[in-house]
Amino acid sequence: MSEITIKTAQELRLAAEEFQLIIEKIGRTPNFTELCAFSGMWSEHCSYKNSIKWLKTLPRSGGRMLVEAGEENAGLMDIGNNYGVVFKIESHNHPSAIEPFQGAATGVGGIQRDIFTMGARPIASLNSLRFGNIDDNKTQRLLAGVVHGIGHYGNCFGVPTVGGEVYFEDCYHTNPLVNAMSVGIVKIGDTVSATALGEGNPVFYVGSATGKDGIGGASFASANITAESTEELPAVQVGDPFQEKKLLEACLEVIQTGAIVGMQDMGAAGIICSTAEMSAKGGVGMHIDLDKVPTRQQNMKAWELLLSESQERMLMVVEKGREAEVLKVFDKWDLSCSEVGHVTLDGILSFYMNGALEAALPAHELVLGGGAPQYDRAYTTPEYLHKIAAFDINTIPDIQDNAELLSVAKQIVQLPNIASKRWVYTQYDSMVGTGNVGTNGPSDASVVLVKETGKALAITTDCNSRYVFADPYKGAQIAVAEAARNIVCSGGEPIGITNCLNFGNPYQPEVYYQFVQAIKGMGDACRKFNTPVTGGNVSFYNQHPEGAVYPTPTIGMVGIVDDLEDITTLGFTEKSNYIILLGKQVINDIGSSEYIHKIKGIEYSTAPYFDLEEEIKLQNFISKAIKDKLLVSAHDVSEGGVMVTLLESAFVNNIGISVIPFDLYLDDKDAETDSFNEVIGDNVAIGMRKDSFWFGESQGRVIVSVSADNLNSLLTLVEVWDIQSCLLGYANDTQTINVNKNDWGTIKEWKELYNTAIEKRITSH
Amino acid sequence: MKFGVVVFPGSNCDRDMQYAIEHDLKKEVIMLWHKDSDLSMFTTDDCIVLPGGFSYGDYLRCGAIARFSPMMKSVIEFANKGGKVLGVCNGFQILCESGLLPGVLLRNQNQQFICKNVYIKGQNEEALKIPIAHGEGRYYADDAVLNELETNGQVLFHYCTEEGALTEEGNPNGSTHHIAGIKNKSGNVFGMMPHPERATSAILQNEDGKKVFEMLGILN
Repeated sequence: MSEITIKTAQELRLAAEEFQLIIEKIGRTPNFTELCAFSGMWSEHCSYKNSIKWLKTLPRSGGRMLVEAGEENAGLMDIGNNYGVVFKIESHNHPSAIEPFQGAATGVGGIQRDIFTMGARPIASLNSLRFGNIDDNKTQRLLAGVVHGIGHYGNCFGVPTVGGEVYFEDCYHTNPLVNAMSVGIVKIGDTVSATALGEGNPVFYVGSATGKDGIGGASFASANITAESTEELPAVQVGDPFQEKKLLEACLEVIQTGAIVGMQDMGAAGIICSTAEMSAKGGVGMHIDLDKVPTRQQNMKAWELLLSESQERMLMVVEKGREAEVLKVFDKWDLSCSEVGHVTLDGILSFYMNGALEAALPAHELVLGGGAPQYDRAYTTPEYLHKIAAFDINTIPDIQDNAELLSVAKQIVQLPNIASKRWVYTQYDSMVGTGNVGTNGPSDASVVLVKETGKALAITTDCNSRYVFADPYKGAQIAVAEAARNIVCSGGEPIGITNCLNFGNPYQPEVYYQFVQAIKGMGDACRKFNTPVTGGNVSFYNQHPEGAVYPTPTIGMVGIVDDLEDITTLGFTEKSNYIILLGKQVINDIGSSEYIHKIKGIEYSTAPYFDLEEEIKLQNFISKAIKDKLLVSAHDVSEGGVMVTLLESAFVNNIGISVIPFDLYLDDKDAETDSFNEVIGDNVAIGMRKDSFWFGESQGRVIVSVSADNLNSLLTLVEVWDIQSCLLGYANDTQTINVNKNDWGTIKEWKELYNTAIEKRITSH
Repeated sequence: MKFGVVVFPGSNCDRDMQYAIEHDLKKEVIMLWHKDSDLSMFTTDDCIVLPGGFSYGDYLRCGAIARFSPMMKSVIEFANKGGKVLGVCNGFQILCESGLLPGVLLRNQNQQFICKNVYIKGQNEEALKIPIAHGEGRYYADDAVLNELETNGQVLFHYCTEEGALTEEGNPNGSTHHIAGIKNKSGNVFGMMPHPERATSAILQNEDGKKVFEMLGILN
């Protein structure tokens, strides 16, 4: 073999100084196989080398957390009744950009393994997707492929896809984002740690045979996408959901034997990563005979075996002498299970091939928290923020009259970011497991029953990345706040988050500024909401030659619904006698709204109004009103503003609405609006711009509906808590939409616009 | 009477079926492993259920491998003796593959997997809201078979609109004659694509599935 030099290291995407560091750490020049091991383990994807210093500033313990962030494959939190919830979100952006079907499918598969490797049974999947312009043919191909891939894997694996989000923005044209989240349930005490322990304990390899697919995937995900990288097809893995389904059942069954010491799935950087992380955690080493690893190709080299990211594989350390019990379970499920080595006490990973030592590496030096480098990166305020600061609402003419209002409303409900994602979600099995309460009664968050405990979880993924682009600190706070608001409006109590941090190239100071600010905002918000960060994933290099994607720190949040009676849906019903907007009415705020960006075509505008203290107060108020059984429905105001929130609530049960926000249109003022004023106190809408009132996306607002019987109790509570409120109107029994005394047509017509907008634009797939 | 629910390695609605029958229909369930073949604990009054999922991954053709499993051989014998057998979704596909029911299930007309609530109705019954979740649920048979099914009253359920009309609008997957479920000539083997076990719970706000089980006459 040729001499190993800095050049070899660079070809493996290691920096020159990292090559020197490796020599220092192991006291000699590594051979090629060893260098490959470092290349995988010190890649951004595995080592978090450019993010870990900032990640450590997030609240990573406390609350209901049962393991500290980063300790295990996924977060684990106590949900009472002796059960825990295990959850995590992870990106599969780069593979999905190259091969959308397999990229997305294996993303779903990978996150499920992170859940069941801890002993939990997955009960819900969510995903957060970002694409370029929906009218672009490439976007449609990516969208169709990603959705098909998620459905293909999740539907077969048998975990319901219960929620998520899909956004279309030009900045994601080259770099789509595919973030997959899974949530599982485990009996406390039945969890398994990803730790290797006990000298001589056998190490087992379970699941699919190893092929050359996905070699270098971890370092691949740590590079910008260029024209050449679309040629890197072998770096994308191929998924087999049937194999994973068997692996799930067999793993949960084998845990019950009590013979498992530790278990970890093989994800990024395959065998080297799972052996290194398990060993480093237990302070042990391993002797591994690579020739005992089942392969699907002949003559695979040691480095290929170490780095392959073939899917549906697990590594297990078993208590010596209890091998037969373990083998019996895998035999039952027709899964291949091979003893490939044993645990040693020297802390060294020794990989042999046909008796010859191919690599000998200290496990500790390979891993995050051990020898892997941790960098401080420089950051500077991005230039574009000046353009955002220069935004002046007064240069935008307001909506003039009711005719224009109607016209804008029709456009807004058909915008791809707002319109129904029906074309997407009907391709996912959302009901398997018979726990998805949202099927027949949707809420702001996905509500999923935990049958073992008689409780439910409220789960959501949220991030409006345009807000983060406009103000990374505030935008990240908003992402956390909106997630919490969705859970609270569903009747749940937020308990923790997982995050998927999608950013551009961290070596660019302006990109790194976005990252740092977003982490600060997220940390501050999570501390206020008492929702610690249980884990997650960083995806840098979502960047192409023209620039980076919007900074997209996706929040996956989990909440508990202790009393199923508290589950609150977003749809109006025939009991929705009064429709009320709660939360601060900010005069003239249309910054970063869908309206300003998509209808007015303004690229740079300020982030919407947000106040963390007010937000928490409002959410506590909503929780209280739900506990007091005062609300018929609750739906938070988000993209599209008050108008879209009202329409979405009306659509669910085909309930017509009559909306007259009093005094907004002084000409329309009449006896009816006067009587509204008597009911609700101060008129907060006076002097407000119409575009801002209807389509502004100020945060901290919820539209609730209340029955006539409960109106006074609610208003009393509003007064006691000092919450700003505004009566918007009432549900009618004509299944029509009436705004400012104008007949806007039937719910059916509006729903048709909303439901079919996306499928009408998807022409060829 | 009691139920047996067969577990193939890729079944994923087996636990839902068990839960619905035990918890919501209050009947006894015995789970049956595909590698076993013993059905001696069942009489012909009992019902064996083939649940939904992707038995053996369904990479070849839905249900094509499952029919060869040891348990299926016993289920076929059980059915031929007059025992009741219900196949839902993948279970329906397996019943067609094994020849216990006529016809085949093809890829949905829109070539996509579809999961949503649909409406189905039996003979002169109200429209029931039952979910579907399948990629290959388009029932197909030749005209002679279709005529026979309709004439003999072997069509258990047709897809329909919420109002109960048998129209294209109510047909989610392009099934011929809007067929959602059928039974065999002797009336002891039932197959349907919609999932009644997903609609037996008050907390999920849909209990129409209970009516499906009642209509099949397998709850006695």
